[in-house]
Amino acid sequence: MPLRGSYNGSSFFELLQLEHRHLLPDVTAWGQGTVEGVPHGTTVLAMRFGDGVLVAGDRLATAGHSVASRDVVKVFQTDPYSVMAISGAAGPCIEMARILSVELEHYEKIEGESLELEGKANKLAQMIRANLPAAMQGLAVVPLFAGYDTRRKIGRLWKYDITGGRYEEAEFDATGSGGIYARESLKHGWAADLGRDDAVRIAVAALTAAADEDRATGGVDLERGIYPVIRICTNAGQTEASEEEIAACYRTILEARTAGGNL
Amino acid sequence: MSMPFYVSPEQVMADKAEFARKGIARGKSIVAIEHQGGILLVAENATSLSKVGEIYDRIAFAGVGKFSEFDQLRKVGVRFADTKGYAYSREDVRGRGLANAFSQVMGEVFTREIKPLEIEIIVAEVGDDRYDDHKKNTIYRVKYDGFISDHPGFCVIGGNVDDVESVLKNDYSDGMPAGEAAKLARRSLDAGAERSSELDVASLEVCLLDRNRTGRKFCRLSTEEVQGMLNT
Repeated sequence: MPLRGSYNGSSFFELLQLEHRHLLPDVTAWGQGTVEGVPHGTTVLAMRFGDGVLVAGDRLATAGHSVASRDVVKVFQTDPYSVMAISGAAGPCIEMARILSVELEHYEKIEGESLELEGKANKLAQMIRANLPAAMQGLAVVPLFAGYDTRRKIGRLWKYDITGGRYEEAEFDATGSGGIYARESLKHGWAADLGRDDAVRIAVAALTAAADEDRATGGVDLERGIYPVIRICTNAGQTEASEEEIAACYRTILEARTAGGNL
Repeated sequence: MSMPFYVSPEQVMADKAEFARKGIARGKSIVAIEHQGGILLVAENATSLSKVGEIYDRIAFAGVGKFSEFDQLRKVGVRFADTKGYAYSREDVRGRGLANAFSQVMGEVFTREIKPLEIEIIVAEVGDDRYDDHKKNTIYRVKYDGFISDHPGFCVIGGNVDDVESVLKNDYSDGMPAGEAAKLARRSLDAGAERSSELDVASLEVCLLDRNRTGRKFCRLSTEEVQGMLNT
């Protein structure tokens, strides 16, 4: 532990880049060509609602046409007021979520106060940009980032592209292979002043719709007892929807379909 | 040709130690005290520059002496702990390893540099009941020359250690309620300062390592919260 290292700033990611290079992937050593056969995470969504923001993700990871994992977690709490949801190559995605959560805590400890929500979103954009060489080789990280802006008293969400492009969304968004179906479903149920319970309900409906149309999306698995992860950020902090609540929403959707002859 | 004066190593060390002690003696004291619900760190500090800070989940840091020097050390500690926790697991970041690393740095500066660090620090690690081998609290003190010691119960650093310690020695008991520990800490700091009136609550910096929290156990208490504790 040197008293004065080569890095004296407040970013953990930069600290790793400058002083602990071996803890980050060295994509330049991988050579040309794309990396095949790694697990990919599929559908995640985020939406604003009356009290804040909600982020949800199914639990399936696929490698090609096979199931890589049925219960992978793709929605991560990055600090008490923010969440990151990942789609893309699962390995680098999960690692980036880990680094981001250390990054936010590290900044807070070094500086004595947390970053602004926008600052957090921006930091993530820089990390995705640094991942571009890996993305070119097939290991893209395309997350959603959402949180409660404690200063402006609103929920906010951002989507990203592989170059680190950062786009704030005013309503909702979904990414991953089933993202298009999830977005379509959200479009029908979403309203700006939605209550928390309704937000959970339409999130489950959107993931169910995505799982119906996209074979790589898991949806709700009642038989195995595997449920999507749904995290909610409001002024009061962060909570997770219970499995019972998600199961109940799902059963209601199934009943409505059965009643309508739409199975 | 002029001959350089010979100064014996004993003399060099004694001079450096004297210099560091003088710097530290000018500062106010900090008390770390164990209680039922964790470890309380209380500093007499009316400024907005913190002397007590969070290092990791169960570990806190406190420093007296030159602010720039101990704050630099605190940041180095945060970098060390976060990197270790990222490379291994959060449970692998332990107070003893961190206190030893601080001791190495401070000892190194003391022997190699012309000017030693004019600081003294506390590394406090609160126990966690989830794991059998993490249950105990530990409080380490590291002096300006890297000398490290382990203090069960309570620990004092700063300007007037003896007077503060004598109050704590008399009145400290294991498993005190948090409010009692806070009152005792204030009383002991009072004894260390030459002033007639009681220490104002607003001039106390109080941080808590809360045993019952999950994850990050460090929290900084507001003046109202401190007042509430002292009123119990």
